[in-house]
Amino acid sequence: MQYGLNDAQEMIVATLRAFVEKEIYPHEALVERSGTVPDEIAAEIRRKTIDLGFYACNFPESVGGAGLNHLEFALVERELGRGSMALTHFFGRPQNILMACQGEQVDRYLLPAVRGERMDALAMTEPGAGSDVRGMTCTARREGGDWVANGTKHFISGAEHADFVIVFMATGADETPKGVKKRITAFLVDRGTPGFTIRPGYKSVSHRGYANSILEFDDCRLPDAQVLGEVDGGFEVMNTWLYATRLTVAAMCVGRARRVFDYALDHAATREQFGQKIGKFQGVSFQLADMITEIDAADLLTLAAADRLDQGLPANREIASAKLYASEMLARVTDAAIQLHGGMGLMDDYPLERFWRDARVERIWDGTSEIQRHIISRDLLRALGA
Amino acid sequence: MKVLVPVKRVIDYNVKVRVKADGSGVDLANVKMSMNPFDEIAVEEAIRLKEAGKAEEIVAVSVGVKQAQETLRTALAMGADRAILVVAADDVHTDIEPLAVAKILAKVVEAEQPGLVLCGKQAIDNDMNATGQMLSALLGWSQGTFASELSVDGDHATVTREVDGGLQTIKVKMPAIITVDLRLNEPRYASLPNIMKAKKKPLDEKTAADYGVDVAPRLEIVKTAEPAARAAGIMVGSVDELVQKLKDVGAI
Repeated sequence: MQYGLNDAQEMIVATLRAFVEKEIYPHEALVERSGTVPDEIAAEIRRKTIDLGFYACNFPESVGGAGLNHLEFALVERELGRGSMALTHFFGRPQNILMACQGEQVDRYLLPAVRGERMDALAMTEPGAGSDVRGMTCTARREGGDWVANGTKHFISGAEHADFVIVFMATGADETPKGVKKRITAFLVDRGTPGFTIRPGYKSVSHRGYANSILEFDDCRLPDAQVLGEVDGGFEVMNTWLYATRLTVAAMCVGRARRVFDYALDHAATREQFGQKIGKFQGVSFQLADMITEIDAADLLTLAAADRLDQGLPANREIASAKLYASEMLARVTDAAIQLHGGMGLMDDYPLERFWRDARVERIWDGTSEIQRHIISRDLLRALGA
Repeated sequence: MKVLVPVKRVIDYNVKVRVKADGSGVDLANVKMSMNPFDEIAVEEAIRLKEAGKAEEIVAVSVGVKQAQETLRTALAMGADRAILVVAADDVHTDIEPLAVAKILAKVVEAEQPGLVLCGKQAIDNDMNATGQMLSALLGWSQGTFASELSVDGDHATVTREVDGGLQTIKVKMPAIITVDLRLNEPRYASLPNIMKAKKKPLDEKTAADYGVDVAPRLEIVKTAEPAARAAGIMVGSVDELVQKLKDVGAI
């Protein structure tokens, strides 16, 4: 890994930091209060992102993306992580899995998503299948040459704005020595398909305005043309294209932690108690030292994992470490920042209580901390036959 | 028409400036530096002239330390076509005085033959507000300063100037030096395609000696001090009390 960013990468960071400060921060209080993003603000963010050439910057140039490498894309996510997720959602980064589109799917889904004309969402989680993805009960069965889907998905981020959803369904099962193993297939499902309903989900303590939806499939008929990847090849598409989404969580945690840290540092340098700046008290200054050390460590873990991907090296364990450490670091940093602010830190006049609430979900979604620890330890022990 | 845009690398406007302990100046070590915001407005205006078909080429130029090439890359990423870096100091704390910068710029103008020089009205670091005017005098070109509106028509330009208490509109003969004010435009962000293109755009490196200009300082900074700390305010209970307090201090 080469340390330090090149000129272009520095400029990507500078541009996005200015963009997030000027185009995202001013709308955050409104989103927090109302719990929604007004359509005109969403449209404005999307238009400005397209004008800036950053829309779908995670896609290769061959399909109209910007062709950023993993490291550069991690920088993008890191800077966006400073702002409200409800708003940065419209700084569109469609799911990489759309690269699995074949034939006419390219014109119907992939290219419009990259151009910002159609928005996507990804649906995997079910009420009875969280970390245990293979436990899914949503099924699609063969009937008259089509697929007929039934079941419920929940916690589906961005579905309320989605024009189509990438949905994983069980399409069969195999007897294996370890028991029954479900076969999974990915489908592209358009909003408005008969038998497919998107309804509002739960109110979450984290990321107000970044809604989750419940998707219901009731004899929803899907032709073969809607299969993404191969029939029964859902895990293959998942593994080929979704391996790096955990890294985006890590990167966003780092960006948000830096924003939180700036509040803490400023407060320590200006707030006076007992006749001096509170930063003069070692109890406060050592806390700041620990915070920045952890933030820098999480930043380096994240960029190093991205760099491994760019070099084509195995990075599964490194990505898991980055996601685990960055999300747990964010919890500690937001908690410490509130402690440092005292009572005012809990009031919604300051954004700190929001950062603290938002931090909680990062240890749960895209693989809980426990799943990340499982991935890391299995990677080490499997090689030793344990 | 070719447009020359001089840009300066200055302390970022978001940075809380700290005076060096010995009062000799401002601490610039490990401080975030950016393009002077007024120069950003000048770059933006040049790009708009090009987009409107009134300019063919935009050349950004910076006089200062080697690190100013980062500032020039930003100008290139915004949309300038090429850049010239004139290295005139090694130490980031060395500020090249307006007259020296203007003399170098006059030589650059001689070599490049632009039809228009667009520059910020002043740099936010030491607020000299002199380089544009000095350049105009050295070249014998017309000048329009503090521009809040600009239109270029063939052999002349119409400039709306922000002057004390109002606006003044003047017509200047081209070629001209126009210094720009805050309200002229809102600079764009560097787009991702332009950021990627910027590294391939030419950036020539020169030195002050190449232009035969002596940049030794003529001015002596006697002392640099922080502004006086703002005194604590008081809470008043009513409008009447506020009026009385204002009368007491002779404010009304």
